[in-house]
Amino acid sequence: MNETTTLARPGTGRTRSSVKDRLWSPQMLLLGVLVLLCAVFTAADSESFANAMNWRNILLDVSVLTVLAVGATLILAMADFDLSIGSVLVLSGVVSALTMSALGDSAGSLLLGLVVGVLTGAACGAASGIVVARFGVPSIIVTLGMLGVAQGIALLLTNGVDVRNVPRSLVMGLGNGNAFSNIPWLAVIAAVIAIVIGMMLRHTVFGRNTIAIGSSLEALRRSGTSVVAQKIAVFALAGALYGLAGYLSLARFSTTTIAGHGSDMLDAYTAVILGGNSPFGGMGSVLGSVIGVFIPVVLRNGFVIVDVQPFWQQIVVGTILVAAVYLHRARRRG
Amino acid sequence: MTAAVDRMSEYLIETRDLAVSFGHVHALRGVNLRLRPGRITALVGDNGAGKSTLVKVLSGVQRPTSGSILLEGREHSFTKPADAHAAGIEVVYQDLAVAPDMSSVENLFLGRYLRKPGLLGRLGVIDRKRMRHEAQAAFDALGMTVQDIDKPVIGLSGGQRQGVAVCRASIWASRLVIFDEPTAALGVVQTEKVVALIRGIRARGIAVLVISHDLPQVLEIADDIVVLRQGRDAAELDPASSSVRELVDYMTGAKEGGRAA
Repeated sequence: MNETTTLARPGTGRTRSSVKDRLWSPQMLLLGVLVLLCAVFTAADSESFANAMNWRNILLDVSVLTVLAVGATLILAMADFDLSIGSVLVLSGVVSALTMSALGDSAGSLLLGLVVGVLTGAACGAASGIVVARFGVPSIIVTLGMLGVAQGIALLLTNGVDVRNVPRSLVMGLGNGNAFSNIPWLAVIAAVIAIVIGMMLRHTVFGRNTIAIGSSLEALRRSGTSVVAQKIAVFALAGALYGLAGYLSLARFSTTTIAGHGSDMLDAYTAVILGGNSPFGGMGSVLGSVIGVFIPVVLRNGFVIVDVQPFWQQIVVGTILVAAVYLHRARRRG
Repeated sequence: MTAAVDRMSEYLIETRDLAVSFGHVHALRGVNLRLRPGRITALVGDNGAGKSTLVKVLSGVQRPTSGSILLEGREHSFTKPADAHAAGIEVVYQDLAVAPDMSSVENLFLGRYLRKPGLLGRLGVIDRKRMRHEAQAAFDALGMTVQDIDKPVIGLSGGQRQGVAVCRASIWASRLVIFDEPTAALGVVQTEKVVALIRGIRARGIAVLVISHDLPQVLEIADDIVVLRQGRDAAELDPASSSVRELVDYMTGAKEGGRAA
């Protein structure tokens, strides 16, 4: 072959992103904001904010939300939205709690409760995924429907009254127990989930296909990959994570907290998008989402401590979310 | 990646009386196409002549209503894109060819990632090192330089992105690469570069089919020209002795028949 085509400046091939690039990544910026936020609350009331007990509380709040945010990261990586996060969590928690309260307090009961909770979430996710991928209904509409359906089923199953007789050993062991020193079990579980899913997104065929769907569904389809099956599987996996979060929430609060998850979706998506994930899909930084989760949680915690009405948290978080999406848009248009 | 040596036929790919109809609409009414190794065949025709449908059939997206596709003289049936891939047929599309947020390396292996050996591979873990290595080799083989093959292709120009799509086809195609209006969205300089890549693919001894509206370009790069009109192969022309005027006459039906090649 005698033609040589240079489509770009000749390079050495491998140029790793420089240290400066890494320091200015959205994740690092977010970490800086988080540190600043903590510094402000510490300065305002160091006794109440910066003590071990309060940090343990923050970790507990972060744990359940992290599992949700990891699920939301998967869905957003495909450029889809899932509005049913909170109500799938509630329904899974209800099914799990009813199962466990029927079986009593035993290891088998706790295990079965976990399984039915996760499966309930996965079933909701798969149902949404099938309608989105097979019938082409936009995910934002399908999951808005699922939000209503899951919430409705949860209310039907409980007559609208929270299930309170969650096995004591679940609450004392998983919900309040520490894995080591001051680190709660819930935080360890959330960390394991984040690491496993984060690795999966980066290093496996399943993960890369998830991101490819969000980047260019058509390009992936043309490669011969079944984008329908992939989408359904990702929705089911995200649903399973919401189900797990429902179970963890039971352990934490010892009740189904049916009415207590209205802002979960807002918090989860704020975390994911602040974490540098594009609202237009094609990215999947679980690390970013995990750092992002601390923002709404620390804000709520800090506002209570410095005596600001905690309702302000939702206002601030909502505003941050919209601003972050705007910045993404600006960057994409570059 | 190399051209098949034992050929039962002088044609790598052949279609016989290929027809596609959607109810009463006949998109293809009997197309006979013969593609030889190491040659660029251009497919020209007016809008609605059946070019896109033919590409869909050859890439396994559309099942033919009747007729047959022969690979090296043997009949094969294409029912899904994976069948065309298995037959060593790749398509380079005009648009949506690459995933913009993914690296050049990943785009070459989009949906067909290489896996690590052993248990990790069975768990679906991809082998980035091997993909990088093979990607670099593919870029080098086509004489294409990408500044950083690990960076998302969104940072590349339209021509470079199309170059990535061409390299992908070159990795996977063992018989035929179809270019569907590959330069329609590109400027003059970028077009030249993509044309050079197309010639690079031809140099590997596989068949190349180029669909283009750019008739002067067709006359310049093609070894054979097939004119499609109303779902049939209306004429086969030798670019050396044809003109744009002549192509247009066959495309519009002002001239009929013709086996000048």
